[in-house]
Amino acid sequence: MIPAPFAYVRPTTIDEALQAVADGGEDVKIMAGGQSLIPVMRLRLAAPETVVDLGRVTELRGVRDDGDAIVIGAMTTHHDVLVDPLVAQHAPLIAEATETVADRQVRARGTFGGALAHADPAGDLPAVALALDAEFVVAGPGGARRTVPAADFFVDYLTTALGEGELLVEVRIPKLAGQWGMHYEKFTRVAQAWPIVAVAAVVRRENGAIAEARIGLTNMGPTPLRASAAEAALAGAAATPDGIAAAARSAAEGTSPSSDLNAQADYRQHLAQVLTRRAVTAAAGL
Amino acid sequence: MTQINVRVDGVSYSDDVEPRTLLVHHLREQLGKVGTVVGCDTSNCGACTVHLDGVAVKSCTVLAVQADGSEVTTIEGLAQNGTLHPMQKAFHDSHGLQCGFCTPGMIMASIDLLTENPSPSETEIREGIEGNLCRCTGYQNIVRAVQQAAAEMSGTQDRTVGNGHVSLAVVDTAAAPHVAGAQS
Repeated sequence: MIPAPFAYVRPTTIDEALQAVADGGEDVKIMAGGQSLIPVMRLRLAAPETVVDLGRVTELRGVRDDGDAIVIGAMTTHHDVLVDPLVAQHAPLIAEATETVADRQVRARGTFGGALAHADPAGDLPAVALALDAEFVVAGPGGARRTVPAADFFVDYLTTALGEGELLVEVRIPKLAGQWGMHYEKFTRVAQAWPIVAVAAVVRRENGAIAEARIGLTNMGPTPLRASAAEAALAGAAATPDGIAAAARSAAEGTSPSSDLNAQADYRQHLAQVLTRRAVTAAAGL
Repeated sequence: MTQINVRVDGVSYSDDVEPRTLLVHHLREQLGKVGTVVGCDTSNCGACTVHLDGVAVKSCTVLAVQADGSEVTTIEGLAQNGTLHPMQKAFHDSHGLQCGFCTPGMIMASIDLLTENPSPSETEIREGIEGNLCRCTGYQNIVRAVQQAAAEMSGTQDRTVGNGHVSLAVVDTAAAPHVAGAQS
């Protein structure tokens, strides 16, 4: 299986990349690590006229401290996210989820920004970004920048708020103040598989109760979702197994997961409740 | 066509390639490095694993043009002056293969794992090579081989490896009578 022919452009700066995307016209694809794009091009599910390879745009790589947030460059590989001390300190949930992405070889090439911009509903990182209230910094034609909150970034199946000619530059992860715990709970059948359902939980405890919970759901619809009903039920709930279990029963409210070879929709909704209970329990340190 | 310069197994090559050429096809068809095999062609099986600038990648999911200016090591570049790499030797000693098709990728992935984690536990080995599938399901001896290589490469051949469940390089030659001679 070989991709259809395409023109290949390899910019070295963000400005060059934006120009290349603009020059590429309507049928241009931006390639980050290529671990999702190359397979779909091989299967001819995508056959772009032009591929803009961001592999040499070094300014898109790395994690930095920006005061009230850590900022992850879009082209930072999964491997580099995994070993980054800032991620470990401020957003261990990202490392926990990243460690479950595909396998070692794919994590060596695949990137944080690429996985988010690809927006696969079964991808691990979108729900994590949602639960952490991440902000997406997007560059557009002429270099104009705008910031999109995670809640607005994921629009539909494999579709984001990125417009024509735009490029995801970096993702800001706000630092959390207070006593927060995090956990990513993923259900798969076999090694290196996509999750059937997964849950990202971020929980703040205060005086033995759960003060605030943010719960991101993976693969429970065409986009990652927040389990709003469960979040509301958890706010102020006792940080006990019973309290969490009761709240987790509303985790699937408002979701519309698909049915496929791996699972029926009702099974996914059941899983969402179970995994939310487990994820929140672990995040609350119980 | 795009010109690329890639150093493969210690030899520099300059070639014109189509941008759509996958690295594995460039290695096999243009450079004759047929030790690297194409398995699933869907990024799952890891049979095509090579080292790109020292890091294990699936060469069916890298474009040859992306390797421009890089150093590639394939299974063919591991042995030095006729002496097998410790990982190759360990796979041979432990009979870490059945049909052998996954072996080049298994060895390249395992070396990459030990680069980051020189003495992995049995679980860490199994998770570390999760991107490589053995269709014969010969994982027991593959894990033993990686344990043996880890011990050898870190100079601690006598240590107890794993969790005690799997002993080091005890090869059941009854299951592989054709290598019995090699073991004696």
